[in-house]
Amino acid sequence: MKITLNLDLCAGHGQCEDAAPEVFSVSDEGLVVQLIEDPGEEYRAQVEDAARRCPADVITVE
Amino acid sequence: MSMDRIVVAGASLGGLRTAEALRHEGFAGELIVIGAEHHFPPYDRPPFSKEILKGEWEADRGRLKVIEHLNAELVLGRRIVKLHHALSEVELDDGSRISFDGLVIATGASPRMLASIDASTPGVFVLRTYDESVALREALAKSPKVAIIGAGWIGCEVAATCRGYGLDVTLIEYFPQPLERTLGPVMGEWAAEVHRRHGVDLRLGVGVKGISGQGAVERVELEDGSFVEADVVVLAVGVAPETSWLEGNDFDLENGVLCDETLLVKGANNVVAVGDVVRWPNAMFNKVMRVEHWSNAVEQASVAAHTLLHGPSEAKSYVAVPYVWSDQYDLKIQYVGTAGAFHSVFEGSIEDNKFVAGYEADGMLVGALCVNSPARMIKYKRFISTHPQIEDISANLP
Repeated sequence: MKITLNLDLCAGHGQCEDAAPEVFSVSDEGLVVQLIEDPGEEYRAQVEDAARRCPADVITVE
Repeated sequence: MSMDRIVVAGASLGGLRTAEALRHEGFAGELIVIGAEHHFPPYDRPPFSKEILKGEWEADRGRLKVIEHLNAELVLGRRIVKLHHALSEVELDDGSRISFDGLVIATGASPRMLASIDASTPGVFVLRTYDESVALREALAKSPKVAIIGAGWIGCEVAATCRGYGLDVTLIEYFPQPLERTLGPVMGEWAAEVHRRHGVDLRLGVGVKGISGQGAVERVELEDGSFVEADVVVLAVGVAPETSWLEGNDFDLENGVLCDETLLVKGANNVVAVGDVVRWPNAMFNKVMRVEHWSNAVEQASVAAHTLLHGPSEAKSYVAVPYVWSDQYDLKIQYVGTAGAFHSVFEGSIEDNKFVAGYEADGMLVGALCVNSPARMIKYKRFISTHPQIEDISANLP
């Protein structure tokens, strides 16, 4: 699936890592890092959950 | 459970996300969302004490995004005055009634008042809605002396924002320390030092007797007899859940509407609740609790929607380690878990304003205060969910 991250908005809430720890991680700089470039459909529910739970609206999923 | 019409009572974060979750789960019936405020999409509340109050964002930024095909009828600027549960109807402030097959209670919470202060006095502000944030911002532009009553999360953020404007700020708190209810006295004292260092005049451990002034507020009188000169007074003493409309239906309304672990309202079979208004048994801590924070509303929305549509047999429990964040000055403050007794600073340094401090209850780690440590915060959120024993915790830190 296609994931777009708007890093300018990222504020290090980390809820993405909490929702989809195999796909997202918070770096030491406090910004989201995407761990899998093109995650398979088996990750969709988690990734959509991560997008909803991000207070800064960083993640867009197609 | 097959429903033709679901009414969502409340059009802010919790209500909106539940409405979206209902569509996401395949609900194809009629969706009516009722909200007291006029703005739709609604404005997200956290920026009201930060970016919007600071004037950093242009007008429309800060509105929550809404899915494209929500297909909901919006009834805005209307209050629900009564739930008639036996009739499956809600009654609005214009006398109209809307019937439902399923109901989502997401009416949130509203600012608490102090009996000693007439909040309609010019110069007195509460901060809960977008309009209130804009009104306060306009008042701050006139370089007033500011007094903030209540050093909780909102009071502290408003203090920091006002200092960012270079304004004289007095922060008044009834407890011995700011944020003491969540952070306890030791880290509360740390918070006090942060604000003092940034030039806030702190009056701790003292209540408010009243306000006075000619036509507008001019000063706050404290219970120790002292006065604080102020042109702007911000009342930030907490919020109370909006449940008066639910009275008379045999629900438990003590500190919010009581739900079961799936967010089904106790005493109902077609009513769920979401967000600041909810009290529910959180199996994570074996405690019935009410959480007033952003993430709680968003996460509960999905669970409640599922419960409403799929009934008790297929409902899931909402089990969570709560999360709250607060931006004050150059500090990213994040707390995960529930309140407990301060144990120790686990890592980092207070002097560097970069640390994690642990909180315990019943022999377990139940909370972590993380300052300027977002990557560590998420590790602690997970760690807390494993119920680690506080004894020997330093050997087992994530």
